[in-house]
Amino acid sequence: MASTRVHIPQDVAAVASGADAVAEAFAAAGLDVVRTGSRGGCWAEPMVEMAEDSGTRSVWRNVTTDDVPEILKRGSAHPKCLGALDAIDWLAGQHRVVFDRCGTDHPLALPPTVALESCLDVAPTALIDEIETSGLRGRGGAGFPAHIKWRTVRDTPAEQKYLVCNADEGDSGTFADRLLLEGDPFRLIEGMTIAAIATGASRGFVYLRSEYPDAERTFAAALKRAYEQGLLGKGILGSAHTFDLELFVGAGAYICGEETSLLESLEGRRGEIRAKPPVPAIAGLFGQPTVVHNVISYAAVPGIMQGGGDAYAELGVAPSTGTMAFQLAGNVLRGGLIEVPFGITLAEIVEGYGGGTRSGRPLRTVQIGGPLGAYLGREDLDTPLTYEAMANIGAGIGHGGIVVFDDTVDLAEQAHYAFKFCEVESCGKCTPCRLGSVRGKETMQTILDGRGGARELTMIRDLCEVMESASLCQMGGMTPIPVLSAMERFPEDFKR
Amino acid sequence: MVKRDVPAIAARHLGRVGGVLQALREVVLEQGFVSEDDQRVVADVFNISRADVRGIVSFYEDLKTQPPAPLRVRICQAEACQAVGGRRFTRAVEERLGIPVGEQNERASIEAVYCLGLCAQGPAFTVNERPFTHADKLDLDSALDLLGEAGSP
Repeated sequence: MASTRVHIPQDVAAVASGADAVAEAFAAAGLDVVRTGSRGGCWAEPMVEMAEDSGTRSVWRNVTTDDVPEILKRGSAHPKCLGALDAIDWLAGQHRVVFDRCGTDHPLALPPTVALESCLDVAPTALIDEIETSGLRGRGGAGFPAHIKWRTVRDTPAEQKYLVCNADEGDSGTFADRLLLEGDPFRLIEGMTIAAIATGASRGFVYLRSEYPDAERTFAAALKRAYEQGLLGKGILGSAHTFDLELFVGAGAYICGEETSLLESLEGRRGEIRAKPPVPAIAGLFGQPTVVHNVISYAAVPGIMQGGGDAYAELGVAPSTGTMAFQLAGNVLRGGLIEVPFGITLAEIVEGYGGGTRSGRPLRTVQIGGPLGAYLGREDLDTPLTYEAMANIGAGIGHGGIVVFDDTVDLAEQAHYAFKFCEVESCGKCTPCRLGSVRGKETMQTILDGRGGARELTMIRDLCEVMESASLCQMGGMTPIPVLSAMERFPEDFKR
Repeated sequence: MVKRDVPAIAARHLGRVGGVLQALREVVLEQGFVSEDDQRVVADVFNISRADVRGIVSFYEDLKTQPPAPLRVRICQAEACQAVGGRRFTRAVEERLGIPVGEQNERASIEAVYCLGLCAQGPAFTVNERPFTHADKLDLDSALDLLGEAGSP
């Protein structure tokens, strides 16, 4: 009789929670252990999946080595059993287009490439039309329509065109890119290859942040495998298409998540941003037409091609179509990755999926969209998560990070941090960002020390106005968002 | 740490996309830092000015110019970890190791890191690249002792 298969994630979030030792314990007990990516249920890591005698695939949460003998003995009667895999609300309620495969198998197990195969003989412009139909918008933060970038690159004459994947996922509270690179790297490779065929780009780069060493190892191994299998290089799957893809690892700079800074860094220089225009789709890497997309934008492409642009467009709330991989983090009971159609409310995510705060104290604020995102109050929780509804309340979805804070948070301290972060990470090219951040931090310190009043608050507002209107990129331009949203919604924290 | 063959590393990256940055990065990965002399070598191999190389080195957090301490603690300072007591945890580590964030002594260094992607399980930190989550629940003394031994030369 074949031994029972048990699935245990090798994702860094699971490993940091002790997954390696748990895997060894199951292997020592004679089970066939498969290390997988994560299903995104970070709160349950290490999350163990095993088929029971009945044939049901069951899941156990937060498994430790001490639990292993008892789980093997008692099965689903063990108190850490969450039940059958397909009956866990936290997972079953999601609609996964990008992450449907993540966590189901070993990350380097070669998946079917149906979507790519279906695109090999299609006219490039028809592929772009399909993306236009889907309504796909960039998932890195700006939400710019993907098809416009693709068509611009396609239509701009050049000897060499490039694809660049922005995997410099620096926003606090976000880890979708990491989960995908560690759990289903072939999805990104497939998505980029389809984009290459559509745009006429024959070279591509994945720019990964150095803080993700596990993602680096997995993706590098996947690239090697993809070349061996003829998924990359000359004559992709026997077709006439050529696409070469390389991994490029950064050296520690948040600003390199800004697309032009990323291109500078990729060219080997300081990651100082470039003034736009020209946009990268016209003059990007080495001055050539370049599509720059986030990991999740490219990774959405195979699902769109397979299911059809129409079907994708039916998800969500137009013009925010499709699904978004929200990442729930901070002071929350059940944090992790939740891929659902746009239109879900913040409350449904934070209270429904998240189960409220981890501390058990009342929720006071959520910050959405990373360090440049707005601090929202309880009154905002019923807002649907669409680009449009968020813009109406002065917020943005960004890369989908949602960070929960309980009532111990001090919003003046958070505003101080927003300026400090901008000071640390500013590339220094433009004055509003380089100096505005320092002046803002100092002024907030005066307020924190109890020496500030109306004069200081006016100065902060003035600084924010200058940063917002005169910075060269979103680093300086959006730092005012967390500051002003905190001042507007929590004015009591600024009177001290 | 062992001194590596910097000219060979640099030569290997010559002509490649982003070669200068990748050469500097590899030098740091190999020996822990990139010295003034190493920077001169890289500048010579790529035929660019030392100022250009210095500009790159000073821009990127990872490109250290001093040898690292045996115990390298990186603590996430970003919002998701702040929300679960990251600031308090940082102070505890500072007190335990006797140095503030951003400094090092002969035994240890504490570095600020802005997000490790472990945001649902914060506070998060790494010790000599090994990741830790839920720092608030962790026995810090034993964690640092354990890794202090592992990190000793």
